[in-house]
Amino acid sequence: MVGNQERSTRALRAPSKYSARWLAAALCAGLLAAPGVATAAWEWNFQPAATPIAQQITHLHELIFWICVVIFVGVFGTMFYTLIKHRKSVGHQAVQFHENTTVEIVWTVIPFLILLFMAWPATKVVLAMHDTSAPDMTIKVTGYQWKWGYDYVQEGFGYYSTLSTSFDQIQNRAPKDEHYLLEVDNPLVVPVDAKVRVLVTAADVIHSWWVPAFGVKQDAIPGFVRDTWFKADKVGIYRGQCAELCGKEHGFMPVVVEVKSKEDYAKWLAEQKKKVAAAADDPNKVWDLKDLLARGRQVFDGNCAACHQPNGTGNAAIGAPPLVGDKVVLGPRQHQIDVVLNGQTNGVVATGGAGGKMPSWKQLSDVEIASVISYTRNTWGNKAAEDIVQPSEVKAGRK
Amino acid sequence: MSSITQPVGGHGHGHDEHAHHPTGIMRWVTTTNHKDIGTLYLWFSFTMFIVGGIMALTIRAELFEPGMQILAPERFNQMTTLHGLIMIFGALMPGAVGFANWMIPMQIGAPDMAFARMNNWSFWLLPPAAILLVLSLFVPGGAAETGWTLYPPLSIQSGMGMDLTIFAIHIMGASSIMGSINIITTILNLRAPGMTLMKMPVFCWAWLITAYLLIAVMPVLAGAVTMLLTDRHFGTSFFNAAGGGDPVLFQHVFWFFGHPEVYIIILPAFGIISEVIPAFSRKPVFGYASMVYALSAIAILSFLVWAHHMFTTGLPAAGILFYMYATMLIAVPTGVKVFNWLATMWKGSISLEAPMMFALGFLFLFTTGGFTGLILAIQPVDVQFQDTYYVVAHFHYVMVAGTLFAFFAGIYYWLPKWSGKMYNETVAQWHFWLSFIFFNVTFFPMHFLGLAGMPRRVPDYAQQFTDWNQVATIGAFGFGLSQLVFLYAVVSAIRSGKPAPAKPWDGATSLEWTLPSPAPYHSFETPPVVK
Repeated sequence: MVGNQERSTRALRAPSKYSARWLAAALCAGLLAAPGVATAAWEWNFQPAATPIAQQITHLHELIFWICVVIFVGVFGTMFYTLIKHRKSVGHQAVQFHENTTVEIVWTVIPFLILLFMAWPATKVVLAMHDTSAPDMTIKVTGYQWKWGYDYVQEGFGYYSTLSTSFDQIQNRAPKDEHYLLEVDNPLVVPVDAKVRVLVTAADVIHSWWVPAFGVKQDAIPGFVRDTWFKADKVGIYRGQCAELCGKEHGFMPVVVEVKSKEDYAKWLAEQKKKVAAAADDPNKVWDLKDLLARGRQVFDGNCAACHQPNGTGNAAIGAPPLVGDKVVLGPRQHQIDVVLNGQTNGVVATGGAGGKMPSWKQLSDVEIASVISYTRNTWGNKAAEDIVQPSEVKAGRK
Repeated sequence: MSSITQPVGGHGHGHDEHAHHPTGIMRWVTTTNHKDIGTLYLWFSFTMFIVGGIMALTIRAELFEPGMQILAPERFNQMTTLHGLIMIFGALMPGAVGFANWMIPMQIGAPDMAFARMNNWSFWLLPPAAILLVLSLFVPGGAAETGWTLYPPLSIQSGMGMDLTIFAIHIMGASSIMGSINIITTILNLRAPGMTLMKMPVFCWAWLITAYLLIAVMPVLAGAVTMLLTDRHFGTSFFNAAGGGDPVLFQHVFWFFGHPEVYIIILPAFGIISEVIPAFSRKPVFGYASMVYALSAIAILSFLVWAHHMFTTGLPAAGILFYMYATMLIAVPTGVKVFNWLATMWKGSISLEAPMMFALGFLFLFTTGGFTGLILAIQPVDVQFQDTYYVVAHFHYVMVAGTLFAFFAGIYYWLPKWSGKMYNETVAQWHFWLSFIFFNVTFFPMHFLGLAGMPRRVPDYAQQFTDWNQVATIGAFGFGLSQLVFLYAVVSAIRSGKPAPAKPWDGATSLEWTLPSPAPYHSFETPPVVK
């Protein structure tokens, strides 16, 4: 489940799948130079199902697919037969018939009956997918540009889940690792064999939360909460992606779900709660520069670097200014707090956290905002006169 | 091109049509002639096809391997948006109108279109719209980066490129509506004596129905993008939940336009195919009446299925079941059409010139796209496929191998009538086989990518998707280059093709073949009598 390597070995054990894969690879080997084949994955079918719903979808797809194949062979068998037998070049004379009511009724009614035969099992799956009743637990998923937020509603904690693949890999400066673009810092963690109800929403634009192995894809719509559910029946790590175009970094906000055994999940949950309690930053604590810089770097890379770049050089194409030598960064700290909290467009600070070209980051904690501002004021050669921002100042700036 | 419009001496069109007409570029700017305007539409369509094609190749080049190579992510999104808009509104729709302009008057025995000056205006609105779209790449913030579907709130965030796009859509919509009014009026009022509606060639029927679809839905699109515009600039909240609106409302309105739009693109293609297959089978089209009823049924159903584009937005179960069943129903009239085409060929006397080869390629590949459409109609399966490369494969099978192949069939079929010259059969056969093979190399692997879980509209992808993406990219460049063969086939035919007889295809029966080749400037000055 975890990676290609494992999936390939499983495929090797299943003879029918193996031969189909081999055939597909062989067909294309002629077209492609060796390098492609050397690392060949040639994935051509659904990821193995990890929930009963995904299993049902796979079966439903196979059923409909094979019905289509049979009709296809029938229709185009007829076409090729007539192309061979009824050719002018073999001396066939055209027979001038042009209607036959019986035949026309038959080929209207039979497809209709075939459709009824398909609709029945499809309806059953639709209804099963919509049954979000009696969940064992509920998780709220929030789409952000460009990361996911997971809230354990009943446990009272939550966190963000951001792509962990390095910029160097994306820019081809470092070799790509196995889970390139499908890895995050904090995966969603759920217990096996538990019915998880997922409430899906978004903070800015529409995203779509998709885990192929679960058969779950739900658009995340800002201002509205939709729900779906899954019940994973195998322990493992499952990888998906945002499926609705959500802007520049749409291809870079994967969904990773770690399904743990009941015991491991309980352990994880306990740890998590302890960590949350310990890390609950006291906004009134006075931080020193070293701690702020360490924390700030984390926050910057996870949230700001997508536009302003990890080295603060900005991206002119999308209007993200360089932060190196930037007058907001080097200017009065109160102004920068306003910009980061509320967002701004063309130098005009938005009001009430409305966001703009520079989005509002008010969802970050006081400590995170204080540390990331301090980080920009003391990095890449920047040396602002007002070099440190304390969490208490951010708290005061929120109003 | 001048050869197209030369009147043929000795024919019954005695006076010199050119005497009081401007020449050179002004001839094309001021023309009110249906053939000139048809030619303008077709060359405009081809130009946009090249522009959109270059964008497609840029996309495919970026996707040749994982990692970011030639485009920044935001530029990539602009490319996918403009590729879609340009191909749909710039290449496919104007191409179909080009065929309508050329063929409808000739097929119903009319001298020209009903509203000649409006015809000129509806064409000349298009180049400014296309220029706005292409220019939007160069304004601050770049072109629209939302995909051709322009979903808010993402489209609310975009820069002024989005405003240019909205303006371009308004202009193109006005052009389409004028073109449709013209086509409907022409067909309903200018038919030759004896040409009853149920004696019209299927192509005219297909366009009559398409024109009604256009009039019904283009204003809906205009409404949707206007609401977008006021949300962007004038403080309304149609699509903003914080102001009491709903982002999903846009999707409902957009797809109420968008699904009939799919049939606006494919019905004229059905019409062309329904002319070509009988001609090269040397038999009348099978089940003429049921062909017309099937076209109408598809058109009516197209208004009832829009939400199948929104199967993952969280519709209630009852809504999903309704849209799933309605969508599946479309397979019935579409099946009737495919069976009728097969029955037309059955026991015919078939020959395989280029128009027929493209018609067969259409039949084979469009039907494949129809099957994947049926699979996508099954909502639980669509949950896996929504917004993946499976969908990309599906709609390229119906739009490229469907509509574009039908256009190729129509161009090879009617070029002798338009230009008075025959194309080179060998070159055209090469064009067919290269297009057919490279089309499949490009788009068939995308089914596998979708199955394996690759989302669409991403500039970069995980490594297990590399292999099929490389195959697709190689195929795309092959397909793109193959179209140079098409350009050569057409240009060499016009410049130095052998003179074409009035009726180069012995199985062709409709009225246009009773005119000399090239067709006279004013098609039928004296209406023919149809028995």
